[in-house]
Amino acid sequence: MDINKLIKEASAEWTDLLNGPVPAFLVGNATCGRSAGAGNIIEKLKSEISAGSHECRVLEVGCIGMCFMEPIVSVYRPGYPLIVYGNVEEKDVAKMTEAFLEKGEIINYNIIGVVGPNEQLDKPDLFNIPVMEPQKRLVLNNCGLIDPTNLNHYIANKGYIGLQKALQLSSQDVIERLKESGLRGRGGAGFPTWRKWQFCKDQDNDTKYLICNADEGDPGAFMNRSLLEGDPHSLIEGMVIAGHAIGASSGYIYCRAEYPLALERLRLAILQAEQKNLLGNDIMGMGINFKLKVKEGAGAFVCGEETALIASIEGERGMPRPRPPFPAISGLWENPTIINNVETLVSAARILQNEPGWFSKYGTKESKGTKTFALVGKIKNTGLIEVPMGTTLREIIYDIGGGVDNGKKLKAVQTGGPSGGCVPASMIDIPVDYESLAEAGTIMGSGGLVVMDEDNCMVDVAKFFIDFAHKESCGECAPCRLGTKQMLAILEDIVAGKGTMEDLDLLEDLGKGIMKGSLCGLGQTAPNPVLTTLRYFKDEYIEHIQNKRCPAKVCRDLKYYEILKDKCTGCHICFKACSVAAISGNPKELHKIDQDLCIKCGMCLDKCPTKFNAIEVYPGNKVMED
Amino acid sequence: MNNNLVDVFSSFDGKEEELIPILQKVQNALGFLSDDSMEEIARFARVPMSKVFGVATFYAQFRFTPKGEKHIMLCRGTACHVKGAPRIQEEIENHLGIKEGETSKDLKHSMENVACIGACSLAPCILVNETVEANLTPQKVEKLFSSKGKNK
Ligand SMILES: Cc1cc2nc3c(=O)[nH]c(=O)nc-3n(C[C@H](O)[C@H](O)[C@H](O)COP(=O)(O)O)c2cc1C
Ligand code: SF4
Ligand code: SF4
Ligand code: FES
Ligand code: FES
Repeated sequence: MDINKLIKEASAEWTDLLNGPVPAFLVGNATCGRSAGAGNIIEKLKSEISAGSHECRVLEVGCIGMCFMEPIVSVYRPGYPLIVYGNVEEKDVAKMTEAFLEKGEIINYNIIGVVGPNEQLDKPDLFNIPVMEPQKRLVLNNCGLIDPTNLNHYIANKGYIGLQKALQLSSQDVIERLKESGLRGRGGAGFPTWRKWQFCKDQDNDTKYLICNADEGDPGAFMNRSLLEGDPHSLIEGMVIAGHAIGASSGYIYCRAEYPLALERLRLAILQAEQKNLLGNDIMGMGINFKLKVKEGAGAFVCGEETALIASIEGERGMPRPRPPFPAISGLWENPTIINNVETLVSAARILQNEPGWFSKYGTKESKGTKTFALVGKIKNTGLIEVPMGTTLREIIYDIGGGVDNGKKLKAVQTGGPSGGCVPASMIDIPVDYESLAEAGTIMGSGGLVVMDEDNCMVDVAKFFIDFAHKESCGECAPCRLGTKQMLAILEDIVAGKGTMEDLDLLEDLGKGIMKGSLCGLGQTAPNPVLTTLRYFKDEYIEHIQNKRCPAKVCRDLKYYEILKDKCTGCHICFKACSVAAISGNPKELHKIDQDLCIKCGMCLDKCPTKFNAIEVYPGNKVMED
Repeated sequence: MNNNLVDVFSSFDGKEEELIPILQKVQNALGFLSDDSMEEIARFARVPMSKVFGVATFYAQFRFTPKGEKHIMLCRGTACHVKGAPRIQEEIENHLGIKEGETSKDLKHSMENVACIGACSLAPCILVNETVEANLTPQKVEKLFSSKGKNK
């Protein structure tokens, strides 16, 4: 089919949505929207609309990034901009349909912002509110604003124009465009994308493969998921462009099975693209072929590593193999293979959709463009963000994230997941770019950004990551398999109050040994979370070892609970809540915790009514008086 | 052969590279990988049993025991961890009387860890069958899993 005809049809449909006579409700129904109850909102909307007498559309859109405001519902109504509402509850739905459809009014509360010309409403533009203002949405521009199941919505927003342009260029010229853009890999290591593509293009081989790494192994990150759920065609466009550049006519998307919605959206998008000749043979009549298949991951972190991923697609155990040969030379079934992250490929599509210079005008000298982050943990505004490279952690945490939740003190920021490290609060003025983060001992990673506050114990966090790495080690290299096990055992001793000062040196030596002696990136980076916490939070380790105290009151053996004499009313609630009968006391009398019996589960503290607040937790261990 | 398996196999060619997708589809159909189904898979994909077991045991997704009616996936991701997932896990285990990796005798509940379910912005969270329960607190867990809870 002629792409220009497709564009014409798509724009007509899109204009009709924006300015046509029929109003539309857009409901954020990505994974976090669903988790927050978007499904019920959609059902309720549909039943209200069918009960009324007005025509109205209900569209399911992706993640707009403000997950803390979910469920999010936006409204298009003739003559008005798009109005975006947050924290919508089921009971609001009837009020909304009544106001919008029956009475022609606007509901004035819970408005996050508006998109589009906005004279008659005195509401802020969505992209100027504090959460959004420091962001630049080059990659996430469609997420939450288009219907990901509607190809026309994508095409009407520059979709597949990048592919059209790319197919008019030679492979080498496409690579030159990537070079000019300065794009570096978004999957972790930050290798220049054009250079990787050039390697593969220069291979003289009839069969080549392109693989999209959508395994998103960093536990605590969901940037790729949101892109796949909210804008799947962007990835397809990016992949066909990359296929053309490197000379591959088949591609795989290796997506984790834990993302059922992303998989569903991808499969549908592939079908739609095939029907419109945007995938398959002789794409757009330009003589280029590209087939695309989806492979589901099966829950192994190591399969994010390139050679393990290839083994997994071949139907094998996901064991990494030595490099060289690099996959660009000998990869899938021994053919030249390029593996790129989802965000890298979507960025490539955007770069081709826009003029040269558009992408590289954002970012720093060495790190161009933007980066998406999953902003999570102890932060007020959790969600998915996209900022220009070079934005400081402070801007991300305070301006966008709204600061630490519950008025607590910021302690550390973790980036790069199990391969990354913890940056202490004192260093949050560093800019987010590949080099600055590496200097601080961590990595950019794929975009996980976990905020930790004074209630998080850094020894516990280190133990958490080593435990993860140990469980996920494929077992091939002894340093990785046994070294992480030993580091875990040492950390377990420390959190149990059985650590020694020598353990700290041992942790460092082991860490360095594992990094040197491991074959793949998993082992080579697994000690990072321990090494950075040792570097920045040594005092906290020492507190655990020498004073047997967990200052954050996380480690069980190094904290205790106590009932406050002057606050306890003897309501007896904690007595009933304690599963090991460690609490004694008659109703209406002072209660007491037997420290020998207490298993420090914290149930009593949770259960003691807030109006009494009679239970307190302290670091260390209580010496029994009687 | 089990009809479900015939069904599953009909959408494959029986090539070795299809082994993982076959295992996934069989598990979807049966809820777990039974010994019998492993043998049938080996025959269908024309690979030795040891290969089928080798691959299946490598990946966390595959299970060899039946799931409970309510299958609970506990997120062990970073966001959930720093927001108190260990405590949530303990509470659920207390309420249901089974531990991570186990299935209750009456086959009502089973529980396993998963790396991350992608709803990290609403941590801590778990998956009960297809439904994400988000922003969990011990109080919410009680509502969900106590003897009167909707998941009991
Ligand atoms: C243990 C391990 C896990 C990884 N997990 C991922 C992942 O989930 N997603 C990803 O894109 N890259 C991951 N990577 C990096 C990839 O191996 C690879 O470098 C990347 O996908 C290349 O794409 P890019 O050049 O577009 O960044 C992982 C690497 C290692 C060693
Ligand atoms: S470093 Fe660890 S995960 Fe990587 S190959 Fe070696 S044992 Fe396997
Ligand atoms: S719940 Fe609180 S107030 Fe009630 S008996 Fe226990 S410590 Fe005292
Ligand atoms: S999924 Fe809706 S904002 Fe994140
Ligand atoms: S960390 Fe729990 S859902 Fe991602």
